[in-house]
Amino acid sequence: MTTVLNVEAPSLDEATALNVEALDRSFGDRQVLKDVTFTVQSGRLTGFVGANGAGKTTTMRIILGVLDADAGAVTWRGAPLTRPVRQRFGYMPEERGLYPKMSVAEQVIYLGRLHGMSAADARRNTGTLLERLDLAARADDHVERLSLGNQQRAQIAAALVHDPELLVLDEPFSGLDPIAVDTVLAVLRERAAAGAAVLFSSHQLDLVERLCDDLVIIADGTIRAAGARAALREAYTLPRFRIEVDGDAGWLRDQPGVTLVDLDGRHAVFDLATGVDDQQVLSAALTRGPVRAFTPVRPTLAEIFREVIQ
Amino acid sequence: MTTFAATRLVMAREIKVKIRDKTFLFSTVFLLLFAVGGTVLPSLFDGGATRVAVVGAPTAAVLEQAGLDVRTVPDEATAEQLVRSGDVDAAVVDGPRVLALDETPGDVVGALSTAPPVQLLDPDDVDPVARFIVPFAISFLFFMTTLLFGVQIAMSVTEEKQTRVVEILVSSVPVRALLIGKVAAMTLLAFGQLALLLAAAVIGMRTAGVDTTLISAVIPAVGWFLPFFLVGFVALAALWAAVGALAARQEDVNGTSTPVQMLIMIPFFVVLSVQSNEAAMTVLSYIPFSAPVAMPIRLFTGEAAPWEPVIALLLLLLTAAATLAVGARIYQNSLLRTNGRTSLATAWRNT
Repeated sequence: MTTVLNVEAPSLDEATALNVEALDRSFGDRQVLKDVTFTVQSGRLTGFVGANGAGKTTTMRIILGVLDADAGAVTWRGAPLTRPVRQRFGYMPEERGLYPKMSVAEQVIYLGRLHGMSAADARRNTGTLLERLDLAARADDHVERLSLGNQQRAQIAAALVHDPELLVLDEPFSGLDPIAVDTVLAVLRERAAAGAAVLFSSHQLDLVERLCDDLVIIADGTIRAAGARAALREAYTLPRFRIEVDGDAGWLRDQPGVTLVDLDGRHAVFDLATGVDDQQVLSAALTRGPVRAFTPVRPTLAEIFREVIQ
Repeated sequence: MTTFAATRLVMAREIKVKIRDKTFLFSTVFLLLFAVGGTVLPSLFDGGATRVAVVGAPTAAVLEQAGLDVRTVPDEATAEQLVRSGDVDAAVVDGPRVLALDETPGDVVGALSTAPPVQLLDPDDVDPVARFIVPFAISFLFFMTTLLFGVQIAMSVTEEKQTRVVEILVSSVPVRALLIGKVAAMTLLAFGQLALLLAAAVIGMRTAGVDTTLISAVIPAVGWFLPFFLVGFVALAALWAAVGALAARQEDVNGTSTPVQMLIMIPFFVVLSVQSNEAAMTVLSYIPFSAPVAMPIRLFTGEAAPWEPVIALLLLLLTAAATLAVGARIYQNSLLRTNGRTSLATAWRNT
């Protein structure tokens, strides 16, 4: 360890709220989690991305204590997860469920109380939260009479009512209309800004790309990539460039170190071999005429995802 | 939050939901009416004392002494007129001759005749009709309550499982708080409903002026039935919760609960069919799942010694402790298995 790392260590520990370490889990002889390790930081939105059956829900259930891990450990601010600790977590399961024949407000209050709130606190938070989620008008309706989108909002309220320090949301945006997505997203950002750690899974990669600060990518029960979104994009950026010139860009084909990915008249996308300077290609282009655009191509999350899960 | 606090919250929710349930309210009201009606109506239909019209004062005095509603009339024609119009049930005219519309009025005839004294060597303690009705009522109440409330327990467990609310619940409170809260809530409601019914029946019998010897025979039986019911219900409730957890959807509950249904139905039918066989009833009054009805019946018919219900109740308590342990294990192990019906063997073995 270097001195620099030692100096930074306290602040890292402070931010690392949830530490998931080397989780293994099998169902029968099918191993669904292998050495799953990642962290979730306070004050940040962490996207948990993976195909169906990759192990997202199993991991989340283990964090919430709904399932046990065969091996490995989950800690919260360095301490093991006991029930009092978990009472400060909020959870939204993948398959939605609330009591169909109980009013929205009543069950949000009930769940708040099960998480240790006093009746008065639970009532107050429920009121504020339903207001914030545009659900106040339906507070006294039975959940079964709400539209799917509104049921989803009620579910979010149920996960948030006790001001959790960690929010674990399994596919919180599936089934939401775009306006509801924005509402829920704003609420989650508020929570993160207020210091909560937020872990949510999604298979809508474009959405995750837009929302999250950190990313965890899982495939076949193993973590393939984890870290800050910007850092990941940086790490997975290929030496790929897009160029737009006035003449035909076909000459790139003969340029040393260039592999054409796409060529369409004046536009081209190409990869550079390692060690080749992109500025040389730009100079070469300029000697042939005006260059209208020359830019590195950053991979989208979907591209990174496709690459890391292979 | 302690397990106890969590249990209380779960219990309060269950009770709140249930007492707002219209089916539950209607069935309680209906059963209450039935209990009051069943005890009060027979004596109302009885119509009180036989009304009789009498010609001649001496006869009138004799009939009045026999407790009949006597009305003196001047002549036979008036008497006949009253009988025909239904104003009186019978008339006694000179002779003496008894007039009645379509059946011989036994009590009038009895009052006018001299019967030889009868001595019964082995009298029934209680009226034969009551001898049939009271055991049936006890058996039926236990049968129906454990079955109907039991299904409700199973359904409420399955509802949480089916809607996945259970995942949120399990992440915040201990599983046994869920189980105990549910069982306690339903036991309280079932017991409350039963106590209400029995109180209504006893008050009904009192106000209707039912034979006091019958009432005094019923009260110890009912008094013992309450603790037997309470413990017997808890023993079955734990199993109902377990079979509810085995089902993935409410449609499966009927299938997963068959063993518990049998545990309720078989004792019910066996007790009713052998209730006049003293030896069989003695055995049944100790077997935990028939004891809650068989022992009170034996107390009612006066066959059980005072210490017997104590022993049977202790056995039942042990059984309830065992079914709670078994139920908790099955419940815990199958609560989160949401893909399809869980087999008993899997639920028992776990993971």
